[in-house]
Amino acid sequence: MSAAPTTPSKSWTVKVREKGVEALPPERLLPDGQPTYVASWIYVFGVASIASLIVIIGSGCILALKGPAWWHYTGVGHFFNSIHMWSVELFFFAMVVHLWGKYWMAAWRGGRGRVWVTGAITFLIAVPAALTGYVSQQNFDAQWISTQAKDGLNSVGVGAFFNVTNFGQMYSWHILLLPIAVVALVRAHVLLVRRNGVVPPFEIDTKKAAIAAASPDGGGSPPPPSLTSTGAQS
Amino acid sequence: MSFLRPKDDTQPWKGRYQPYDLIKEASIAVGVITLLAVLLTVLFSSPDDKSSTISQWSHELPVNFATAAATELNGTSGTAGYGPPYNHNSQGTQAWILRPQKWLGVSHPINTADDFVIKPLETVSSDPALQRGVAEYKAAPEKQKQEWADAYAKPLEEYATAEEEKKTAPSTVSVDLSTGTVTVQASGAGPVPLMMTSLLSLAKSGGLEGGLVTSSQFFQTDYTKPLLFMADGGLLAERAEGQHLLGEQWGMMNETGSYPGQPWLWLYALWYQVEPFKSSENADILVMLVMGVLSLAFICIPFIPGINMLPRKIPIYRLIWKEHYRAQQNA
Repeated sequence: MSAAPTTPSKSWTVKVREKGVEALPPERLLPDGQPTYVASWIYVFGVASIASLIVIIGSGCILALKGPAWWHYTGVGHFFNSIHMWSVELFFFAMVVHLWGKYWMAAWRGGRGRVWVTGAITFLIAVPAALTGYVSQQNFDAQWISTQAKDGLNSVGVGAFFNVTNFGQMYSWHILLLPIAVVALVRAHVLLVRRNGVVPPFEIDTKKAAIAAASPDGGGSPPPPSLTSTGAQS
Repeated sequence: MSFLRPKDDTQPWKGRYQPYDLIKEASIAVGVITLLAVLLTVLFSSPDDKSSTISQWSHELPVNFATAAATELNGTSGTAGYGPPYNHNSQGTQAWILRPQKWLGVSHPINTADDFVIKPLETVSSDPALQRGVAEYKAAPEKQKQEWADAYAKPLEEYATAEEEKKTAPSTVSVDLSTGTVTVQASGAGPVPLMMTSLLSLAKSGGLEGGLVTSSQFFQTDYTKPLLFMADGGLLAERAEGQHLLGEQWGMMNETGSYPGQPWLWLYALWYQVEPFKSSENADILVMLVMGVLSLAFICIPFIPGINMLPRKIPIYRLIWKEHYRAQQNA
């Protein structure tokens, strides 16, 4: 017995699926081709940021599984804490280079404003995500950083609901609330990049560019088969 | 072209594509970053300087502890006069008409005399003389309490000033180095000397930390009170100075040892090094407001006239896409 067909116009599920596929068809979500201009070391730093975030979350999960004090009294714990700390340093380094690179590319062009905005907000949310980690360390660093950071936060009223000297509250923010925000923003950022494609270079010679684009064997071969039907990277 | 949207003639790419394996690239990146993190871990590990305790503080710097405790009792410590979110004893920082610290109110109420001195002493029920002293203090009128507390704090403040100016310390304060006890010759201090001697003993025994943790239940995670009490003293600052963590040492972005800390906070730290922020008593709110505006500007870069045109004017993009332009040149 086959299931009765649902009416597409009334099914929320179908509507969501159709919208999703329309915005991001599979070959655009997971492309097997990139425009030829995507050929610079600067492009490495975007994926390096995401890779660092994955290592941060992986090492953070291990630290969370064993509890906040574990790393103080075991060598293995200290090892994973070090991995966690260095991946945070790598994350910020990669993200800063990535942001500078995207600024000098004016990567918001061609309707990509939201790509920049989500990337910038990710950076800004990552700062308190890291700070809450520093004040959750349960050592002298945490004592000093929390007693100093409170003044700035209290001065703008944030301290009324975000108390950096409250370990329990900071630990919750650090391992749950802020990582959720960072991951959600990174996800939105990556999907927007996949939807809009990597920003093309500035055209410094529009005439040549037009000829190159029109020529089938000069500078303008069509995108790979998987991209032709969707106009991906537009 | 509107004010917010400068002319944008970026066209969809119609040129060539090259093979690309997204999943493979991401997997390699995760592998490389993991290896880098492991390498940095093996080479440098991570800092873990033991936390300070009130017991350690009272053992190592007994006069400093007694001085801080005296200021908690007479209401002149940093925490006692902090204002929101801890108490109403000041209005907190302000910038022009903006007083968010005051507006948000007192969310973590702290009465330093009660919370840092009286209540912990009341837990020492095995000392009847002390409990009589505490009861006498609590029953006294506010004016009398203040006179007693000030009388006890004054010699200690003179001692601290003399130490700071590297002058001969007044004889009204003496320390027995063998026992670590502090004797303060304070006339007209009522039961306060007895109370403070007991508080020092309680601190040395390690019993004060537990008495200060904010909660009446067994499981506790809020260390606001012990941290604020310790921050009013000198031990944390002394250790921080040795680890280049003070504000004037760009401490906001540093960490113990030579570890990188939080270098992404360099711009926050910078403002505290320059006027008018450096000498302003409202530096915290001013720096936070400046950073708030700059953060908003950072998000809105694509829409800020001038800033959004710089990448076109300063041709760093020619370096980034040099292969593309070379190929275009040869086409």
